[in-house]
Amino acid sequence: MATLVISQSPVGGFSFENCKRNAVLEGEANKVGCSLPAARKTGTTICGVVFKDGVILGADTRATEGMIVADKNCSKIHYISPNIYCCGAGTAADTEMTTQIISSNLELHALSTGRLPRVATANRMLKQMLFRYQGYIGAALVLGGMDCNGPHLYSIYPHGSTDKLPYVTMGSGSLAAMAVFEDRYKPDMEEEEAKRLVRDAIAAGIFNDLGSGSNIDLCVITKGKLDYIRPHDEANKKGVRTGDYKYKRGTTGVLSKTTLNLEVVEETVQTMDTS
Amino acid sequence: MISSHTLADPGKMRDYHYTGPVEHRFSPYSFNGGTVLAVAGEDFAIVASDTRLSEGYSIHSRDSPKCYKLTDTTVIGCSGFHGDCLTLTKIIDARLKMYKHSNNKTMTSGAIAAMLSTILYGRRFFPYYVYNIIGGLDEHGKGAVYSFDPVGSYQRDTYKAGGSASAMLQPLLDNQIGFKNMEGVQHVPLTQDKAVQLVKDVFISAAERDVYTGDALRVCIITKEGISEQTIPLRKD
Repeated sequence: MATLVISQSPVGGFSFENCKRNAVLEGEANKVGCSLPAARKTGTTICGVVFKDGVILGADTRATEGMIVADKNCSKIHYISPNIYCCGAGTAADTEMTTQIISSNLELHALSTGRLPRVATANRMLKQMLFRYQGYIGAALVLGGMDCNGPHLYSIYPHGSTDKLPYVTMGSGSLAAMAVFEDRYKPDMEEEEAKRLVRDAIAAGIFNDLGSGSNIDLCVITKGKLDYIRPHDEANKKGVRTGDYKYKRGTTGVLSKTTLNLEVVEETVQTMDTS
Repeated sequence: MISSHTLADPGKMRDYHYTGPVEHRFSPYSFNGGTVLAVAGEDFAIVASDTRLSEGYSIHSRDSPKCYKLTDTTVIGCSGFHGDCLTLTKIIDARLKMYKHSNNKTMTSGAIAAMLSTILYGRRFFPYYVYNIIGGLDEHGKGAVYSFDPVGSYQRDTYKAGGSASAMLQPLLDNQIGFKNMEGVQHVPLTQDKAVQLVKDVFISAAERDVYTGDALRVCIITKEGISEQTIPLRKD
């Protein structure tokens, strides 16, 4: 007798089983009395502008956890390919992982086609992934780069819609940055003028939006040249304290002491990347 | 025998269509941020606050100090909901005048603290959303700090931080002024200069990590000579 193969008829539409699982997990966590860890949002100002020879992307460097600053100097401009970079706002883990996944897939795609990847391809890959997750991946992106068809700039929203525009802003400080763009943007600007414009737009977000702060990072993408300037402008220096708060040895009370005598078998040195 | 699997249930998803009238609650409160701090010394008191007024992710004003002078020997710091801060300070000023006119003397710091407690508890069921700290000199000329909760519970302290960055400042003050969690350290009494320097440093650190604290710091130093004020800049981002 031939073995019967029980096949599941293909289920149409999206599968939301993980949503049910997450709801159950959250219920169980609440019953015990704890809550699931809140995703850290970047509360950001990011922007991009197309100028005469290419594209400039700008971002602030503050990451917040609620209303506390978690990271004073995080990097929000992510690498996609040598000619394409992407700024990310929203949930920090989502922007980081999404850009890494698309960067990896794009590299494989470029090897398969034998050509430099195009910005439209990266845009298509990002929007298809974000739409597949129906907005649950909280990544709002500004994608910019230079390819064989010229400079391109896209804004990508968490639900998967995209806009192809000459200047875009995203994040909690997007209104402040867009105000600067709407005032001073002109088509076909020179590089220095465009860098000043992006710097001022991010500065508007840094000083007027509580979710953005610290320094301004810039990424200038032109044909054949890429400038990742981090930081372009240290708009806020760390406050200098006048007092001395060093503690003398022995200030921390020692309750008990146990010594384990270990035998040194091998000693190796591994340099740490402190860049 | 072939068993059939049921089609996957889409699960509890958000509905995007209109489900009927939705009740939106109006909240009479809003949080305007800000941090206040008061330190009492042997013959002086310091009340300090940042000057940023914010709401949500926006800044209303970079120059709105939260220290209010009540008498020549008392300053109050109020943070929380700015509307209630303004009304509360107006009520306290009126009550100070009434006391002066009927008793022919200025209210002492301890008396103001007791009075504020009753004013706050009078609104127990629709509280003033204000975190108060009173700093001043008591009848013996020694520094006094009284800290309150929104409904009037209060106590006399040596030092206290209140407002949005209070959780960051209070442990540092416990260590530096109260000498907590330190062994073998000489308990030197706090001098006025050291206290002012500590207050400035502590706010510089709070402005690094709390988004609601920044712009500028207003320090009011209360001594028997009077009240002197200093303003120093903080991070503006």
